[in-house]
Amino acid sequence: MMQQYLFLILGFFAVLSALMVVFTRNPVHSVLYLILTFFAIAAEYVLLNAQFIAVVNIIVYAGAIMVLFLFVIMLLNLNKDTEPHKAQWMKFGAVVTGGLLLLVLVGSLKGTETITHTAFDNSAGYIETLGKVLFTEFLLPFEVSAVLFLAAMVGAVMLTKKDIK
Amino acid sequence: MGMINGIPLNWYIILSSILFCIGVVGVLSRRNAIIIFMSIELMLNSVNLLLVAFSTYHADPNGQVFVFFTMAVAAAEVTVGLAILVVMYRNTKSTDIDILNRLRG
Repeated sequence: MMQQYLFLILGFFAVLSALMVVFTRNPVHSVLYLILTFFAIAAEYVLLNAQFIAVVNIIVYAGAIMVLFLFVIMLLNLNKDTEPHKAQWMKFGAVVTGGLLLLVLVGSLKGTETITHTAFDNSAGYIETLGKVLFTEFLLPFEVSAVLFLAAMVGAVMLTKKDIK
Repeated sequence: MGMINGIPLNWYIILSSILFCIGVVGVLSRRNAIIIFMSIELMLNSVNLLLVAFSTYHADPNGQVFVFFTMAVAAAEVTVGLAILVVMYRNTKSTDIDILNRLRG
């Protein structure tokens, strides 16, 4: 019962701050609200017994990616005054489209109750289990992701360089 | 049936659907490219939440490993995307996507 209330409160926070990300005027405020959303989602991960993913979510998203966003926004000196706006009818159309998509998704997924067995053990989200799977079954993708990071790093440096001979 | 901590799986499905649709609305209704990037991050996170929920309810760690890789790819994507945005700002003095309607060399 306690967990249900916790889920509802965290979900409410996540949805509220996600709405503020989209509808607030100032880009810096958008970044801060998005960090709040990520913390709420990380708390949902803890509720799902996925502690490792929760910690990684906070470190990678709230720690690294959002700092990068904040850095770029402050570097480019974006604020409320420079913020471009779409026409009112286009915003209205976007909200209607999103609402219809939500209606279709919830309507089609509502009745699905595919899990018949609840052989639930707590250990699925523990770092020990995940580490074993990551370094045996998924060893090759893990190494390839390092190559991906190298390519992204080289690409970012090459793109932002002023003059390339 | 299919409950963990008394929470049905459907609740997670509905929560991530709502978050995903908010991300879609953000992409459609904003013109600032950085806000559009942030909305895409929101959509990625809602999918991650759904993957972790299914992984836990099936007691299968593979889903969470997949979330780990999604986060790695998202980090690389954001790095390159923001670099492109900085270059674009240097050329057009704006991050408005409506200026970029003629992508010529």
